[in-house]
Amino acid sequence: MFAAENGLKGDPRLEAISAAIRVVPDFPKKGIMFQDITTLLLDHKAFKHTIDIFVDRYKDMHISLVAGVEARGFMFGPSTALAIGAKFVPLRKPGKLPGKVISESYELEYGHDRLEMHVGAVEPRERVIIIDDLVATGGTLSAAISLMESQGAEVVECACVIGLPEVKGQHKLKGKPLYVLVEPSGLDEF
Amino acid sequence: MQSIVSSYHLCLPPPPPVLRHRLICQSLPPIRLPSRRSPTSLRLFPCAVSRESEMAAAAKEDGQDPRIPKIASSIRVIPDFPKPGIMFQDITTLLLDTEAFKDTIDIFVERYKGKGISVVAGVEARGFIFGPPIALAIGAKFVPMRKPKKLPGKVISEEYSLEYGTDKIEMHVGAVEPGERAIIIDDLIATGGTLAAAIRLLERVGVKIVECACVIELPELNGREKLGEAPLFILVTSDAA
Repeated sequence: MFAAENGLKGDPRLEAISAAIRVVPDFPKKGIMFQDITTLLLDHKAFKHTIDIFVDRYKDMHISLVAGVEARGFMFGPSTALAIGAKFVPLRKPGKLPGKVISESYELEYGHDRLEMHVGAVEPRERVIIIDDLVATGGTLSAAISLMESQGAEVVECACVIGLPEVKGQHKLKGKPLYVLVEPSGLDEF
Repeated sequence: MQSIVSSYHLCLPPPPPVLRHRLICQSLPPIRLPSRRSPTSLRLFPCAVSRESEMAAAAKEDGQDPRIPKIASSIRVIPDFPKPGIMFQDITTLLLDTEAFKDTIDIFVERYKGKGISVVAGVEARGFIFGPPIALAIGAKFVPMRKPKKLPGKVISEEYSLEYGTDKIEMHVGAVEPGERAIIIDDLIATGGTLAAAIRLLERVGVKIVECACVIELPELNGREKLGEAPLFILVTSDAA
């Protein structure tokens, strides 16, 4: 669900976060309005607001593990994990993690990709949140949920900075709650 | 990122999978502040200790930062990854140790807070794990330095050598401004190729590199030599055998 519908209606931080996100048209291909969070990372106040909102939400939920999806999930996950006293687990593209891994495939527009996690990173019955910068179709997050559940962990929630229109109105992803801060920004007018 | 591939080939059989980390011996130059204030001396880790099992006691005796042994021992070594002969320094186990991860970030933050650093640049992808928490804590922006074609919009890029061939890192145009003071973060420095490219990228747009900071150094690969004038700050060094 969107943060504005869940206790943060009118919170000026959400507006600051939304305003800090840049839209780049036709990336990575024509017709896609790319939501670029790097400008959010350049805005120290807005970046801090983003982490503060996640931390405020999860700090009392007894979360022992924050998983972040490569690579932009790495930019939000570790700070959240550190602040709530949880472990951080990177979920990576194939071949990046050394040692024993488990993997889950997910669909792309054309073809498939895989997400990998270290064996032993998550223990059964751990309470987990999964973080990424943006949720579109939910394919990657669904794969991440599967990875966690295969290890017996409980996914408490998936958290994203941006949620594309496809997920509006959807409160759950693969049966798990979805928490999103902002909708996509429109194109700036010059 | 990893640029471990290079001449890092062992002639010896790989050691048993025990962490072989030792504390670094550093006498670091002071970080120069931008104003007329006198430089702050940051002399950490005065002495080196070579045996892992004696690290903690020695650390306390020698006045070393007592957080370092735990950080060092939380890093896992995986032999023969990504290819035979390479002892891969796996920081994911450090990230699973909440105290060690927090201590790692705290040490960097203590070092860089209040030094007029406005940019923390992190190299894809493991630099993205350490960089943002540091940036947030010291009030700096975080700038990701990425593999080609990942950043949307206008970028500048810098090429660097691999064992076979070359690769590129990219940064957004306009992410940083001339005169800004930056630190560059990555999990590890091996040959120094990637960090050197990051330094060149930032210097091309008029940014001053205050320091490069990594959790781990592989000193046998002489990465330091590639960094030019930029100082290097590390927490842990690791040997092959």
